[in-house]
Amino acid sequence: MAEAAVTTRLKKLINTPETEVKDALAGMAAAHGDLIRVEYDPNVIIRKDAPKKGKVGLVSGGGSGHEPMHGGYVGRGMLDAACPGAVFTSPTPDQMARATAAVDGGAGVLHIVKNYTGDIMNFEMAAELARGEGAKVNAVITNDDVAVQDSLYTAGRRGVGVTVLLEKIVGGCAEAGADLETVTTLAKKVNANGRSMGMALTSCIVPAAGKVTFEIADDEMELGIGIHGEPGRERTKLKGADEIAEILTSTVVKDLPYKRGDEVLAFVNGMGGTPLIELYVVANAVSRYLQKEGIKPARWLVGSYITSLEMAGCSVTLLKLDSETTKFWDAPVHTPALRWGV
Amino acid sequence: MAVSSAQLYTWLERYAGIVAEQKQYLTGLDAAIGDGDHGINLDRGFQTVLVKLAPVRDKDAGTLLKTTGMALVGSVGGAGGPLYGTFFLRAGAALDGKAEISDAELVDALEAGLKGVQERGKANRNDKTMVDALAPAVERARQYLGEGAPLEEVLAAAADAAEEGMKATIPLKALKGRASYLGDRSIGHQDPGATSSYLMLRALSDSLAVLPQRAATTTT
Repeated sequence: MAEAAVTTRLKKLINTPETEVKDALAGMAAAHGDLIRVEYDPNVIIRKDAPKKGKVGLVSGGGSGHEPMHGGYVGRGMLDAACPGAVFTSPTPDQMARATAAVDGGAGVLHIVKNYTGDIMNFEMAAELARGEGAKVNAVITNDDVAVQDSLYTAGRRGVGVTVLLEKIVGGCAEAGADLETVTTLAKKVNANGRSMGMALTSCIVPAAGKVTFEIADDEMELGIGIHGEPGRERTKLKGADEIAEILTSTVVKDLPYKRGDEVLAFVNGMGGTPLIELYVVANAVSRYLQKEGIKPARWLVGSYITSLEMAGCSVTLLKLDSETTKFWDAPVHTPALRWGV
Repeated sequence: MAVSSAQLYTWLERYAGIVAEQKQYLTGLDAAIGDGDHGINLDRGFQTVLVKLAPVRDKDAGTLLKTTGMALVGSVGGAGGPLYGTFFLRAGAALDGKAEISDAELVDALEAGLKGVQERGKANRNDKTMVDALAPAVERARQYLGEGAPLEEVLAAAADAAEEGMKATIPLKALKGRASYLGDRSIGHQDPGATSSYLMLRALSDSLAVLPQRAATTTT
């Protein structure tokens, strides 16, 4: 028991669990005031120059604890606003309604929603409120997690890594001045062409709970983990990075399926507690697997972009690219967490 | 017997107290098959409700219930916020501007709330959700009302039906919400949303009853 106590105790750089989200938002405002502004009660992170007249507004949101998603992606060429909920808890409709009003430049607003029951319902209510105020609102739902069976008998696949790629690509399209229908259609295309799977080496600790979300032995891993520490497909003995990467990548490849000759964006994501050097070890194995299958990784993203607090582990996302999605992936972006072409 | 909006306030206040009392119990049920925050979230919501109701407590029934709904929507988060929020918003819309409510109007309001929950959550009966407590309760209330029973009997029967529905969720496999990811592992656990819904209807029955009140918390 003494050993378990060491790995499961709450040891965090926070003041209190209750103030964590607001303290972090204030920190973002202090550090990135050139890109974003932050409003409180309801909590919203808004692009500094919003609303942009004639530009489709992009609003996303979800529980906190997945940083830099979503607040780190607010800025030019990506999101116009993000709504952070409590840690791992969906934000509330008043947040999304405020965000929608703040970024509506007259061309309508797209809500980008990850497929979790609470997120869907809260965004639906927000869309009803915003439409009641006369706003034009569309929504796209991401559900790329192959670890969950998509059937009539579950809430469906979870939205994970593809959400980050979608926000970037659709953000580039909206920045270029496309209308709401075009932006919505592109968002659906990105989601339809992306698949992800994750794994965990260790659990995360939700500050308010103060203990690990799940117990896992030193020689075990959880395959198919969700971004809130939800159970995955399988608990197995720990394997080497190459073998883990191959399990994740092959499962993803077979699901869409991705075929010989396809160009993809390969996204190796850290869960929050895994160092970049290990992510590059995984990227190497992903690259070799794709080469073997004749799939060309035309673009890469490697780093911790959709996290689960301090969980150690990774996820692999593949997105099948075409000329449109490649162009908007390459378009300039200037946000706290992603920046190129500027 | 007509119901006054003041009596509805008594119900909401009573239910807020019960949620606070049963916070750990509800959270424990949720920890087994969900993400273990139902009692915590609902308690935060109803504490907010009490604050928001204070300045409007003398207003009509519609205002009371809609204020309750908006307070829940803005403070609970997760799935519970929109579902309970929608229940009270729709029930409130059905009682707009009314200070006195007939028995039939009260049952209509409960039914409007149930329909809102079903639309919002897209759940059917036996999906192992709050609908499994609310739907049989509304059905039983409608039946007793049709038979000409006095309101206290209508509401007591509704609460009994909700209690039966809540208990009947134990052997069910969850088909909606986070519990659905557990598949067969959700079997054998009582649904937390059905439980809090039952407590809500029992609180309604108890707070409007002219008969000697029953104990409100029969689930622990």
